[in-house]
Amino acid sequence: MDGDGEGQSRWCLSQVKGAVDDDVAEADIISAVEFNHSGELLATGDRGGRIVIFQQEQESKSLPQCRAEYNVYSTFQSHEPEFDYLKSLEIEEKINKIRWLPQKNAAHFLLSTNDKTIKLWKISERDKRPEGYNLKEEDGRFRHPSSLTTLRVPVFQPMDLMVEASPRRVYANAHTYHINSISVNSDNETYLSADDLRINLWHLDFTDRSFNIVDIKPVNMEELTEVITASEFHPLQCNTFVYGSSKGSVRLCDMRASALCDQHSKLFEEPEDPSTRSFFSEIISSISDVKFSHSGRYMMTRDYLTLKIWDLHMESRPVETYQVHGYLRSKLCSLYENDCIFDKFECCWRSDDSEVMTGSYNNFFRMFNRDAQQDVTLEASWENGSPGCPLKPWRVCTGSRRKRNEIGVDCLDFSRKILYTSWHPQDNVVALATVNNLYIFQEKPN
Amino acid sequence: SCSCTVVSKQPLASKMAGADSDDSLYPIAVLIDELRNEDVQLRLNSIKKLSTIALALGVERTRTELLPFLTDTIYDEDEVLLALAEQLGNFTMLVGGPEYVHCLLPPLESLATVEETVVRDKAVESLRKISHEHSPVDLEVHFEPLVKRLASGDWFTSRTSACGLFSVCYPRVSSTVKAEIRQHFRTLCSDDTPMVRRAAASKLGEFAKVLELEYVKSDIISLFTALASDEQDSVRLLAVEAGVSIATLLPQEDLEALVMPTLRQAAEDKSWRVRYMVADKFSDLQKAVGPEITKNDLVPAFQNLLKDCEAEVRAAAANKVKEFCENLPEDSRETIIMTHILPCVKELVSDTNQHVKSALASVIMGLSTILGKDNTIEHLLPLFLAQLKDECPEVRLNIISNLDCVNEVIGIRQLSQSLLPAIVELAEDAKWRVRLAIIEYMPLLAGQLGVEFFDEKLNSLCMAWLVDHVYAIREAATCNLMKLVEKFGAEWAQNTIVPKVLGMANDPNYLHRMTTLFCINALSEVCGQEITTKHMLPVVFKMSNDQVANVRFNVAKSLQKIGPVLDSNCLQTEVKPVLEKLASDQDMDVKYFAQEAISVLSLA
Repeated sequence: MDGDGEGQSRWCLSQVKGAVDDDVAEADIISAVEFNHSGELLATGDRGGRIVIFQQEQESKSLPQCRAEYNVYSTFQSHEPEFDYLKSLEIEEKINKIRWLPQKNAAHFLLSTNDKTIKLWKISERDKRPEGYNLKEEDGRFRHPSSLTTLRVPVFQPMDLMVEASPRRVYANAHTYHINSISVNSDNETYLSADDLRINLWHLDFTDRSFNIVDIKPVNMEELTEVITASEFHPLQCNTFVYGSSKGSVRLCDMRASALCDQHSKLFEEPEDPSTRSFFSEIISSISDVKFSHSGRYMMTRDYLTLKIWDLHMESRPVETYQVHGYLRSKLCSLYENDCIFDKFECCWRSDDSEVMTGSYNNFFRMFNRDAQQDVTLEASWENGSPGCPLKPWRVCTGSRRKRNEIGVDCLDFSRKILYTSWHPQDNVVALATVNNLYIFQEKPN
Repeated sequence: SCSCTVVSKQPLASKMAGADSDDSLYPIAVLIDELRNEDVQLRLNSIKKLSTIALALGVERTRTELLPFLTDTIYDEDEVLLALAEQLGNFTMLVGGPEYVHCLLPPLESLATVEETVVRDKAVESLRKISHEHSPVDLEVHFEPLVKRLASGDWFTSRTSACGLFSVCYPRVSSTVKAEIRQHFRTLCSDDTPMVRRAAASKLGEFAKVLELEYVKSDIISLFTALASDEQDSVRLLAVEAGVSIATLLPQEDLEALVMPTLRQAAEDKSWRVRYMVADKFSDLQKAVGPEITKNDLVPAFQNLLKDCEAEVRAAAANKVKEFCENLPEDSRETIIMTHILPCVKELVSDTNQHVKSALASVIMGLSTILGKDNTIEHLLPLFLAQLKDECPEVRLNIISNLDCVNEVIGIRQLSQSLLPAIVELAEDAKWRVRLAIIEYMPLLAGQLGVEFFDEKLNSLCMAWLVDHVYAIREAATCNLMKLVEKFGAEWAQNTIVPKVLGMANDPNYLHRMTTLFCINALSEVCGQEITTKHMLPVVFKMSNDQVANVRFNVAKSLQKIGPVLDSNCLQTEVKPVLEKLASDQDMDVKYFAQEAISVLSLA
């Protein structure tokens, strides 16, 4: 079922961003990728605490065959490394998540978070500046006050477009553990932030208070068996959110029912298959990402080996299960030793919910077409294929005989992994991060 | 940059004196230049003096130059924009009076679209203010088009701002324009974004007030019904408040059909936040719908809220118990309370949630005045006593702080048996904030319990707080003594308090010795000259030889404090030598405070 027909997919490389050296600075490693609600902007965050925003060029937007390129629009330092003196803990500047707010005026707003602190950034344009002083020249030289015979009021004059990123709010000191998720509510005024044991609800306008809506911290920490790994608001119902756990279950909560949502209203959990049970069972069932479909009817969860799609009306089992890289099941031991088994892969929906995507190792990413029940393995690489050329699907095999575009499990490079992915909200454009490179792919229409 | 401005001000100003230029322009020039200074404080300062700038420029230049500049100044910090939005609301005279007031619309329009809610709200507030200064013609020619522009703006920030402007122009425009305004409001009530629907829902009540009754019935009711069943909780809960306003506008006979079905539905909403809002607005609602509907509908609704599954809702309802009961129609008040409300209240006394219990405790005593002596003794007293024994200190504190209501009805003696253990327990609570809270009620309690009871049971507590290990408690205890003396008089002080306070002057702990001084500071004035001179002053003098410097400089401070109470002879012959001795103390701080006292008391 690899791709369509001729051994080609309709996906083509569109752009690669970032240096192509082998020598990558730690700070340059990308840790978050997110399109805004119109798809006009694409934000990436990195371990150095920086956020780079790319903007889709306006001019060629009307030409359907040639989608406009994304170019750097704004770069800014969102988080700095900090030290918590009370707990003797270093707080990394790494950006864990970026979430855009729905656009409210000409400026754009996004939330970014590291392990502890969430920030609201405003990205705005300025194309005018005031000119005319009374007591000095524009270049700063002083004008003698004796020449002051009449008052001058400054006048705004056009200038080169300047994009400014300014911090608008800092939501700090509400999380004891590491923040893994932020999600904006459809009411446009609140958002949630989740750490290992708690989920807090914030009003965007207030930084000095947040409400604890989930707390799974046991009284005695030795009884701790489960942590929160991901959380998201429903795209349409303002009262509904879900959170996934390290045990592979997802709980859906209704904020209407009570102020503290410790009692879930639905529990999505698939009974474990006793025949495949092993030491690694719990580790690989940990939910690394949970995403509602655009329609709000379904929910997708990613665990280490699979991608599951759940109908919100059926808690007992997923309606679809996709193997992302089932061939790794026999390699779990070595993946445990090199810590890869703890990698947290994200997943995303296509705008019409008909397809889903998630990352894998060896710079492979997987796309699953839900209607046709087809899947494809593609590679993010700037060497194999020039921009505009269709990508060749790969096949990972366990045998020794290889055909073209086949690779053995033992030849996979586990240091090259695609954890962060985002799908354009309308068009068939995807963005994903390899180590320090941002790849943008687009699908050719039929 | 800012540093240049500050440094250069002085020399420039002195040079200017001899120059031909107009001296009066200079300070204004500085203000104008600082409108675009890099330092936000200087910009803010200039914006706050905008009227000075406008006055210097004159009305013509203010209109043609200053306002266009300000219209584009929307990139600034929130605090600057907020100040600007506020200033422009008072600018009418500075642009040439009501005839030109419409010149203020462009800058306020741009401020009404910024993302920051506080700035937008302030811009809307100023727009509402200056709308009254528009002539009816200007209102239609300038103001109403601005409202329309905002209402049909691309971004929800401008549409939310529009919601607050309809009600100020509606009463003063022609009927055609009125129809347009109603249409715009209708459109915003079904806007795509919840932000706008929330803004519309929160202004629905005020808009209804300016509409003709026929339109209230035809337009507002349907909008209210739609907003009250919005998919977003946050919209529905705002509709509750609007419902209360609308209910006050309608004749009694229409309420049942037009408003009550929606309000009933809100009281049983699936979302606790909506039910919370109903509970929170219950007293207003009760007043708006009148006695008949209260009896038939609100009583059962209130019972349900008191029994709600969400603690936040129960707490909000518990807060309203007294007010609700007070406002019940007199003819059936007692029956309703006894048969419908009191059973729920009894359950809340043993609620699982402490916020609910403490909300109830803060109002429950008020029921005694409504129910009278016999009912209070029979039905309420057991509840008060149970709450006085509650495990949560806040509950006990709330009961104690409202004792005055019961005192009026049955006298506090009924309670004193249970009161005392509760007070003692709070007085010795491990949390110092709890101890602090009970100290603050001591003067009130003393007044109600009387001097005998106080001396017998509570005096020792008050003295024990003076040696508490937390400073805030010792400080509050000192202040408490002063209030007690105000209540019971100087003679009582001399017999019961002063000897104990002075006794602490020999305490081995210097902190306790200092407490003696703090008490003397607080008590000297209420005790008067005789007691101060005869009993306190010798002790203070004795402490001036204390080995701890902190005690010695507090002696100096105390002498400064009690000096005004003493006669001048005593000051000269007794206080002065002591202060002079302290002024030559080897410790720097002692010297300093002694010298300060000498100069304040004019003993030099």
